[in-house]
Amino acid sequence: MKTSAYYKTKKVLINVGVHTFLLAVSVTCIFPLLWMVASSLKTQETIFKDMSLFPANPHFENYVRAWVEGGFGRYFLNSIFYTVVVVVGIVVVSSMAAYAFSRLKFPGKNLFFFMFMAAMMIPIPGSFVPLYVLLNKLHLRNTPIGYILCMVNVGLSTSIFLLKTFFDKMPKELEDAARIDGCSKIGIWWHVALPLAKPVLAVVVVLNALNVWNEYILALIVFDSKPLMPLQVALTQFGGEFVTQYPLLMAGLTITALPIILVYLLMQKYIVKGVTQGALVG
Amino acid sequence: MRLKSTLENYVFVLPAVTIFVIFYVIPFIWVFQLGLFDWDGILPTKTFVGLANFWEIFTQDKIWWASMLNVGYITLIALTFQNLLAFLLAWACDREIKMKNFYRVIFFIPPVLSEVVVGLVWQWILDGNYGLLNGWLHQAGLQAWARNWLSDPQTALTTVAVVHCWKGFGWGFLIFLAGLQTIPKELYEAARVDGANAWHSFKHITVPLMIPVVVLVGILTVLGTMQAFVLIIAMTGGGPAYHTQVPVLRILASMRGSSRFGYACAQGITFGVVLILISFIQYRFSKQSRNT
Repeated sequence: MKTSAYYKTKKVLINVGVHTFLLAVSVTCIFPLLWMVASSLKTQETIFKDMSLFPANPHFENYVRAWVEGGFGRYFLNSIFYTVVVVVGIVVVSSMAAYAFSRLKFPGKNLFFFMFMAAMMIPIPGSFVPLYVLLNKLHLRNTPIGYILCMVNVGLSTSIFLLKTFFDKMPKELEDAARIDGCSKIGIWWHVALPLAKPVLAVVVVLNALNVWNEYILALIVFDSKPLMPLQVALTQFGGEFVTQYPLLMAGLTITALPIILVYLLMQKYIVKGVTQGALVG
Repeated sequence: MRLKSTLENYVFVLPAVTIFVIFYVIPFIWVFQLGLFDWDGILPTKTFVGLANFWEIFTQDKIWWASMLNVGYITLIALTFQNLLAFLLAWACDREIKMKNFYRVIFFIPPVLSEVVVGLVWQWILDGNYGLLNGWLHQAGLQAWARNWLSDPQTALTTVAVVHCWKGFGWGFLIFLAGLQTIPKELYEAARVDGANAWHSFKHITVPLMIPVVVLVGILTVLGTMQAFVLIIAMTGGGPAYHTQVPVLRILASMRGSSRFGYACAQGITFGVVLILISFIQYRFSKQSRNT
């Protein structure tokens, strides 16, 4: 006969096992980042020998050097600029379109909506090749506006999908009331629909911000001149130029990763929502 | 009045449709056009070569097909190892345990980081001469295990695949967990009352109900992994000697390295067809598994 003590011990053992497993994976998730920060605080001389996670003399000035000499200050501001402008663009353009797809009537509506959804499903690997040609023709290559427009386009389909799904479920009464009060369509979109859509707009903003901040390939083909580059491209080119200054590179990586981690920790509710909803599209 | 209203409605979709047509539809059409030409991307004249680019891909481009095999290998590891890990973690978290939210937050940190950051940090850890991993192996007296992880042809591809899994398992974990949480707890309760043990309810409740989610994660994993390449740029650049080349990297090399824009587009089309075929097969497979 198995006693209750047997079941209790078994339960405790299972719990210990489960937590050991989960903690071990958690450590492998975080450790590389700690190592990145630790390496950023060493010097070019000590970094190859010093295996400590908490260096005895942390060289915080590496961050100043990375920011100024390494040019990461410039790239950081570029990344901030592109991210903000693209996200604002996506929010305005996709919320207008999603509102129209949900509420307004016009010929070709279903066709347009289908196009946006099909774009989400059809992979075109190497689409950067014709985009490069196109931007050259439009004289938009190596310009911020060219990159911004490309990136707005990248975010459109998913954002329209998320917003339209929301608008479809939104009660119409408030809009009707606004219309009776003489509000124009644009006015209703701006004053009534958008404020109500705040929760889903947060998802759209966060997902697209992560996406733009982390984007690499389009930035690589659009920009030739260094002063225009965002962080991700600058990082991959940093090693090639100097005898790789590992502490500065690690400081640059930390500068790149930190904002993303902070945004993620603050907004993780929205990210989790976006990921699970986004997955259901497929 | 009607007409004015319709025009007004078009104003709402005009910006989105304009951007979409210029930056998605036109490039999409151009891929198919350019694939039939020989063009260096600069000269105003393009030479029409018909299907010669495709012929070259299928008959001569050994590196292309090797890169296809490489990405297939990475995908296989991601499908099995990464998704199994993700499923086990989700299963472990789908119960009354402490720190559930902590784990959930931590596991999704690698996916929110950029491939460049992940690639460069791991490249530093795996560095053959000064990397932390080899340093540890030396300290532990396991010198024999130390490798030039990323520049040894025998280990480079697998190492890249493992880092890819490290970056990606959090996605699968989140989706699996969301799926597991939709399974009503009463089902498990009822099974327990009927005398089923944990293994039985896993086999007869969890697994059958999770099959659609498993297939979904499988499709996302395949499509995502097949098109991965930025991580590889950051870690190996495709080396040593083409051992970690993947198709998108080849397309980029055709365009930037050898300035063969037409050939790059033909490679893109070939690869796109492969991707569509794979997702179609998976879709059929998922329908079948749902019916039985």
